[in-house]
Amino acid sequence: MIGVVSYLVFFTTVAAILGIAVLGLNLQWGNTGLFNGGVVASFGAGAYGTLILGGAPQDGQLGGFSLFYPLALAGGMIAAGVLAWIVGKLTLRLRHDYLAIATFGVAVAFENVMRNATGLTGGAQGIRGFERPFRDMLGDGFTYNAVFLVFVLLILVAVYVFLERLTVSPFGRLLRAIREDETAARSLGKAPDRVRLISFVTGSVIIGLGGGLYGTFYAFVSPQDVLPILTFQIWAMLIVGGAGNTRGALAGAFLIWGAWTFSGWALSRFAPIEAQLYTGSIQFVLIGLVIVGMLLWRPQGLFPERLIVSQPGQNREKTQAEGFT
Amino acid sequence: MRFWVRPMDDAILTLSGVSRTFGDFTAVDDVSVQIREGSITGLIGPNGAGKSTLFNVVAGELSPTRGTVSLFGTDISRLPPDRRFAIGLGRTFQIPRPFARMSVLENVMLAPLEQTGETLLGAVFGRKRIREQEQTIRKRALEVLDFLTLRPVADQPAGKISGGQMKLLELARVLMGDPRLILLDEPAAGVNPALTEVLIEKIEELNRGGKTFLIIEHDMDFVMRHCDPVIAMAEGKVVFEGTSAQAQFNPILLDAYLGAPMDA
Repeated sequence: MIGVVSYLVFFTTVAAILGIAVLGLNLQWGNTGLFNGGVVASFGAGAYGTLILGGAPQDGQLGGFSLFYPLALAGGMIAAGVLAWIVGKLTLRLRHDYLAIATFGVAVAFENVMRNATGLTGGAQGIRGFERPFRDMLGDGFTYNAVFLVFVLLILVAVYVFLERLTVSPFGRLLRAIREDETAARSLGKAPDRVRLISFVTGSVIIGLGGGLYGTFYAFVSPQDVLPILTFQIWAMLIVGGAGNTRGALAGAFLIWGAWTFSGWALSRFAPIEAQLYTGSIQFVLIGLVIVGMLLWRPQGLFPERLIVSQPGQNREKTQAEGFT
Repeated sequence: MRFWVRPMDDAILTLSGVSRTFGDFTAVDDVSVQIREGSITGLIGPNGAGKSTLFNVVAGELSPTRGTVSLFGTDISRLPPDRRFAIGLGRTFQIPRPFARMSVLENVMLAPLEQTGETLLGAVFGRKRIREQEQTIRKRALEVLDFLTLRPVADQPAGKISGGQMKLLELARVLMGDPRLILLDEPAAGVNPALTEVLIEKIEELNRGGKTFLIIEHDMDFVMRHCDPVIAMAEGKVVFEGTSAQAQFNPILLDAYLGAPMDA
């Protein structure tokens, strides 16, 4: 029994961490229409940033500043934000598929830099020397994981509330307008380039926060954690859940992570011995199928975006054909 | 050739020697015109005459290759479109550009400038201020929607209303910024006659309230009845400027625009 609970805690923690990253992507794509194909770069910047800043010094390595944990986590977020700002400045003039290609390229470059900047990142071996905060008090077992899950869920709720407020605010309205028609928005006195950059950086900081928590949870990050597959997983979560819908994005995170975990288990359990080597690849294919299938048959996702008349606070109105009010 | 030249003290918009080329092609060729404050000026010409290019140069979507554009006596040739809206120039589009997946009301509420809630931090921390602003903006938006007969569709997605209603919606959005000069790109094109009547009535009412209009329109009847003065372009040049009465009988205009005498 404790095994099941323990596993559920583990599963929920990872799903919630990925959920935070999906929320960041939802701000970029769902609300602003920015096709970020390099989600994993922000995620990795957050993870590496947190671990380099918060880890203990290692021989022959630049990192390991042993910073107070919240500062290290914030530093990881800032790293993701700065990276996004630079990338955004360079690429946000691009539209849709071109932006996706450019950001995808940045993410691949990021992985290679992490793999080769051995003096800073530990190279292919990954980063060592990071100790999870409060480990001496809580140990390494179930207690730690349970407490960490609560910590992650609190952050998830905070991010959720922040983004929900943003969505119903005039800023959310502005993002949607720019997503719908940039030329028209510009003709109404809005500055799309600036707003797109703000959205891109903010979304990336949130994705970086997810990455920082991910690194903290495993107390380790290596180039294997920043492969393009993670970008596709996070995209699948958003597309399945429903781009533009915060709750949908979260539901998508849990659904896809559940499906991913389950398919991994099922494949290793039932696939014939000679096929065992390829189960990972089959999972990649499945993720691709899910994305394509959703886009073909239910592009709005399981929980479609709600049309809202933006009013701050409680006064959110569902839009229906009500006629005169 | 000029048929109607007078010095203008009350010019709201002045184009001096404006040209715009695309590669070897000159879409707008050395255009110098002035738009009088308080007028409803019609801009006519056959397809490819350069009207829309000139429009986009005035609105800031295109920059002039040569020449200057002055609004209220200030050179705005290099000002981006969003800044032009901020200083009092509004425009609509030939093919309507609604924010399709937003409600009609949201479309209109977007337009006001200087909204606290349009900054990231303001949106999260300035909630009281936003609530007050939103109330004001919402009230104003509903008034504008009432004025333009769009109130019944206020809660519809803007992509689902009729083409004519989209034209009215674009005007409604622009009005939220209270611009002094409004550019309308073919407001009557593809709009059913009943809505066209509404649109004309509203334009004239706004004009009496002091707003200046520059209107591109293909519908000659519309231009002759509602626009004065009239500017005609052909092959990138201005070929006629004058009152609509003069335009009716101008041989060059008839030749350039219609290729045949016009029915009265």
